[in-house]
Amino acid sequence: MTAEAAVSADRVRGPEMIRMAGVHKQFANGTVAVRDMNLTIRQGEFISFLGPSGCGKSTALKMIAGLLSVSAGEITVNGHRPGEQTGGQDTGFVFQEATLMPWATVFDNVFLPLRLGGMRRREARDRVEEALASVGLTRFARAYPRELSGGMKMRVSIARALVTRPRLLLMDEPFAALDEMTRFKLNNDVLKLWERHGLTVIFVTHSVFESVYLSSRVVIMAARPGRVVSEIDLAGDHPRTDRYRNSPAYAENCRVVSAALEETLDHVDIDH
Amino acid sequence: MSTSTTELTAAAAGIAASGSAAEPDMRRRIARGAARERRLRVLMPLGALAIALAIWEGLVWYHEVPHYLIPAPSRIAATLASDFGSLLPSMWFTVKLTLLSLLLAIVGGVALGMVFALSRLVEISLFPFAVILQVTPVIAIAPLILIYVHDTFVALLICAWIVAFFPILSNTAIGLRSADHNLRDLFTLYQASPWQRLRLLLVPSALPYFMAALKIAGGLALIGAVVAEFVAGTAGQNTGLASRILESSFRNEIPRMFAALFLVSLLGVVIFLLTSFLSKAVLGHWHESEIKREN
Repeated sequence: MTAEAAVSADRVRGPEMIRMAGVHKQFANGTVAVRDMNLTIRQGEFISFLGPSGCGKSTALKMIAGLLSVSAGEITVNGHRPGEQTGGQDTGFVFQEATLMPWATVFDNVFLPLRLGGMRRREARDRVEEALASVGLTRFARAYPRELSGGMKMRVSIARALVTRPRLLLMDEPFAALDEMTRFKLNNDVLKLWERHGLTVIFVTHSVFESVYLSSRVVIMAARPGRVVSEIDLAGDHPRTDRYRNSPAYAENCRVVSAALEETLDHVDIDH
Repeated sequence: MSTSTTELTAAAAGIAASGSAAEPDMRRRIARGAARERRLRVLMPLGALAIALAIWEGLVWYHEVPHYLIPAPSRIAATLASDFGSLLPSMWFTVKLTLLSLLLAIVGGVALGMVFALSRLVEISLFPFAVILQVTPVIAIAPLILIYVHDTFVALLICAWIVAFFPILSNTAIGLRSADHNLRDLFTLYQASPWQRLRLLLVPSALPYFMAALKIAGGLALIGAVVAEFVAGTAGQNTGLASRILESSFRNEIPRMFAALFLVSLLGVVIFLLTSFLSKAVLGHWHESEIKREN
């Protein structure tokens, strides 16, 4: 099955960026959120964590961001422990909700990471405007979040994640709450940003179609306990455009990924 | 979500309509409607108040009610004018007492609220004291405070403070904890200092709660000040409006009583308007509670 999906695994890759070795996460209530996770992510990859709810994909993402501690095992990001990079400016994070400060303008929301890094407003102006331009919101710098639609709020959130010019972008089901039209559009936006900025992206989703459309590698996870069950390389199919979305290759990839995902659901049934 | 979409659609419609001939006319009509609504918002309550006073005046004249039972508004106004010299210092006293106790309630409530928000342990240890202070009627504690504290003004201040303190404390503590969890994570990710976290995240998140508390505490401080003074029953030069009311009641000077009562109410209304204005100024541009919705 994986052999079918590995359309072309030999795409040239950058150096190793993230290494997870024997990572284990158990919460205080005894729930094992992630069990023995081993994963290597190279610079420039677009990785999806795909799986049913409760499979630990968000937990894994938050551990990579340094927002959650690791119970056992080790994570390194560029050779450092998560959260140890200077000023945290090297990682961008996009949450499921836009998570904007309602009391601040779009400009100030995007400015926040630089401000926390000690930059003055005047020094940051160009960077903030550039980030807003990259998501097409230049005209809305002075608007407040409540004046924006759901999709626009999400784009502000992406601009905020990009304003520090991070090398790593972590996205936790960012488009799950949006309508399909908006999601397609933002999918394309994210792909463009990934290519233009040479980002490494980890994208958590429970949508097979989204993961196949976006990623160069899909990491499929199963629940109870959360664990990686398979990895499917999709690096061969480029460029990712609406044409790819309508191609037989895309349909075939979706079929393969769906089948792999269904297998994880079967596991759950056997367990119980 | 639905409101923001409506606003956007409205904004888009505005952009689309600009340049067309009908647009200035429509804008004028909307502006006229808004101005009319603003006028009505002031005129309607004033009109209702004037009518109520007129009915009062008319009934008193028609039934020839003696002024020592219910004085007519005109008589109260006349008393207010003639006794203004003696009522003004009393009003100033009550104003001082109320505002000072409110200020101390804010300082104490916010400071302790911050400590509560920082340490759950301190909160569970000290919260019972705050609750006991709050639930025990101030009128029952006031005599004790008046015995223990020599300076009457300070004793009154403590009474008013006790009443106004609790809402500020409890709302500040809740407000500081109410910051969005993802935003907290974001501040952690960017390694914000504790000071940055407080100033840029926790304080703005707590503001709506604090403002709600301020509106309540403003009124409570006045009630506390008046009640405490009633209990103290102080007389003489350096006393507040409550003493004037008591004094007039002893002397059966009912119009003067009404005049003092009017000043107390006026003070309460002014405090309410000030805190409402402040709340609108601070939250108006972002918080749901102060945003005017179009329908």
